[in-house]
Amino acid sequence: MVAQKITIEPVTRIEGHAKVTINLNDAGKVEHAYFHVNEFRGFEKFCEGRIVFEMPSITPRICGICPVSHHLASAKAGDIVMGCPPPRTASLLRELTHMGQIIQSHGMHFFELAGPDLILGFDADPATRNVVGLINADANLALKAVALRKYGQEIIHMVAGRRIHPNFAIPGGVNKALAAADRDVMLKGIDEMIAITQAGLKIFKDWAAANQEDINKFAVFPSGYMGLVTPDNSLELYQGDIRLVGRDGQQLEKFDSNNYLDVISEHVEDWSYLKFPYYKKMGYPEGVYRVGPLGRLNAIDQIDTPLANQEFKEYRAINGGKPIENTLYYHYARLIETLFAIEKVQVLLNDPDILGKDILNTRQEFKGEGVGVIEAPRGTLLHHYIVRKNGKVEKVNLIVSTGHNNWAMSEAVDSVAKTYITGPDIREGLLNRVEAAIRAHDPCLSCSTHAVGQMPMVIDVIAADGQLVKTLKRNS
Amino acid sequence: MAGKPKLAFYWAASCGGCEITITELGMRLIDVGDLVDIVFWPAAMDFKYDDVAAMKDKEIDICFYNGAIRNSENEHVAKMLRAKSKLLVAFGSCSHLGGIPGLANLFDVETMLQRVFDTAPTLDESRGTRPQMKNKMPEGEIEIPKLYERVRTLAQTVEVDYFLPGCPPVVDQVWNVFQTILAGKLPAKGSVIGAAEKTNCDVCTRKKGASGMRIKEFKRPHQVQLDPEMCFLTQGVVCLGPVTRAGCGLPCLNGNMPCRGCYGPPEGVVDQGSKLVSAVASLVDTDDPKVLEKILEGIVDPVGLGYRFGLAASILSDLKYGKKGA
Repeated sequence: MVAQKITIEPVTRIEGHAKVTINLNDAGKVEHAYFHVNEFRGFEKFCEGRIVFEMPSITPRICGICPVSHHLASAKAGDIVMGCPPPRTASLLRELTHMGQIIQSHGMHFFELAGPDLILGFDADPATRNVVGLINADANLALKAVALRKYGQEIIHMVAGRRIHPNFAIPGGVNKALAAADRDVMLKGIDEMIAITQAGLKIFKDWAAANQEDINKFAVFPSGYMGLVTPDNSLELYQGDIRLVGRDGQQLEKFDSNNYLDVISEHVEDWSYLKFPYYKKMGYPEGVYRVGPLGRLNAIDQIDTPLANQEFKEYRAINGGKPIENTLYYHYARLIETLFAIEKVQVLLNDPDILGKDILNTRQEFKGEGVGVIEAPRGTLLHHYIVRKNGKVEKVNLIVSTGHNNWAMSEAVDSVAKTYITGPDIREGLLNRVEAAIRAHDPCLSCSTHAVGQMPMVIDVIAADGQLVKTLKRNS
Repeated sequence: MAGKPKLAFYWAASCGGCEITITELGMRLIDVGDLVDIVFWPAAMDFKYDDVAAMKDKEIDICFYNGAIRNSENEHVAKMLRAKSKLLVAFGSCSHLGGIPGLANLFDVETMLQRVFDTAPTLDESRGTRPQMKNKMPEGEIEIPKLYERVRTLAQTVEVDYFLPGCPPVVDQVWNVFQTILAGKLPAKGSVIGAAEKTNCDVCTRKKGASGMRIKEFKRPHQVQLDPEMCFLTQGVVCLGPVTRAGCGLPCLNGNMPCRGCYGPPEGVVDQGSKLVSAVASLVDTDDPKVLEKILEGIVDPVGLGYRFGLAASILSDLKYGKKGA
């Protein structure tokens, strides 16, 4: 058997730059596959010296795909640092913006990034296995996808001014009240968006029924799970304690984000710019956990909106009430969360305080340190600031959603490579499945490499003795 | 252009917001699909570097390149796309001026790596480990790109034909630029496109206030309820409107937040930050240098304000690094 190297560069239909290295042994079997991140930008460092109230406008540039999450986590950290809790109306408006973000991000991922694999097939022609191919295959579905995403973006636009990189939340509140006319426009869209999301759920469930074998062998593995929860352990995306459950679904910790250093540690590997967070008391790698839709739905007991909860019950029953370990069910969980976010928009818009004019608390009791947390579309996001009295930021620590999933993505890549790449005939569709293992997590490597960086993906396959004799290119 | 023009999109050291702007075209994106062939777009399509490498020189008609040049991969792809493209457009603040990632040029790379991998409070006993370009693993060698000492703009790396500013460029301007290009009505090479020549201040309709623009004290947006009708500078809040190119349609100002300058300097201004200092200093209501100093102290972070998006392209960056580049 000749030693081989396979290169897939860049990994596509993911957000950012990454690389996968697959090492083959002499028999042509996968020895190990590594997922590594190529990018580093250094936000933690160059935010030092900036003014804390500017952080909500600087940190969204960590990620243009979920800028609202950074914007809000940053403002929340600022609330604590400056000692100025926002008035209720301001919190409602921030949460509403956040739900817009969840709808647009999840909607885009399911229909436009992952959808081509599910609807057109993992083995479809790579030249058409994309959103344009999807439009040609099912224009009606594509229109629905566009409408769902647009609805989310319009919420952000109406509430927060700009669709990308909003400039809206500041420590102590927000700078613009909501007009009644805008509320009414948003309310009108609810029923249609629920219907579109339910259509998406049907597509996924039909696909799952036909592809059960793939689902059950595609990166299925145990881990811990993390997400924000309400006091009664319902799904929460904006504000609450962080709950961490173990492999069996039992609670390990429920803690305030300001105590995150007691619970979370990070490990560095010299082959990736992205660090590996884990549960401190359990150590690395035993204490690794997953975040994002799959992690969150494993960390809760129920959902407090009716339609999403109904779907959740059905979902939870798949594994008899135990945590769901199948990577491909990220897509399922993402759609259930989308449904929740739409229902939540309705709840928020019907709250009489949403039109309130008391939107900024300017009275401050300076604390100097704070940790803001939010459930970004891809998982738990933490912004930790230490600030001097004049408002200058002295230290910043960030743990972003995709970072928490770093270990899980590596494990998924390794698992899928070992399952599907079993002989000398390495078809493009098999490599696409390796990419799909990453894609399922909807990784945002822009986010995760706020530290340094950027994300195409490369797949190298190298023989046991390290000799590179042949290069298999993706389209060769 | 024989047949449909071939279009490429690429992202380097950026956040993905520029890609989202393109998806913001929504239904118009379907029209774009009818008018052009997209031959490379990693965020949305499965074409690989090898597909680009296999193209003939100048085979791509238009390439929109977003993101700054932070590492060897960014540079390699920039050079490859330059060779393969007839028109190379720097798309968005990061490729145009360095953008927010360019603020990293305030520090050297080692200092940044120290914070992230040595001193961050969450690190365990593996602290001090550094990502290596090449790694001997038990199963073979793996590589990641080399991080450069400084962030560079696209034009500091390869020849650029046009600049489309904004963080991100607003979607209507992106659409205008598409149509301008397809109609073959581009201005002189090297121009800024998808923007105006005037400043945001010139097009802003906020009231300047009875006393004119004289500043006694600088305030911050979270300390005061801002009057949504009144000029920010008149209210004592630093706004980059006077030193920023118009064309965005003022979404920040309409959202009751001051301009932060993402469209870069207007025509004729080279350095946005130094222009801001002179613009603001001339508005301060004192002739006493001590009082002036005290008032200016209220700005706290003049570099982070004046060079929020343009540090990598600025005079300051040149002072620190000379002309050596990376």
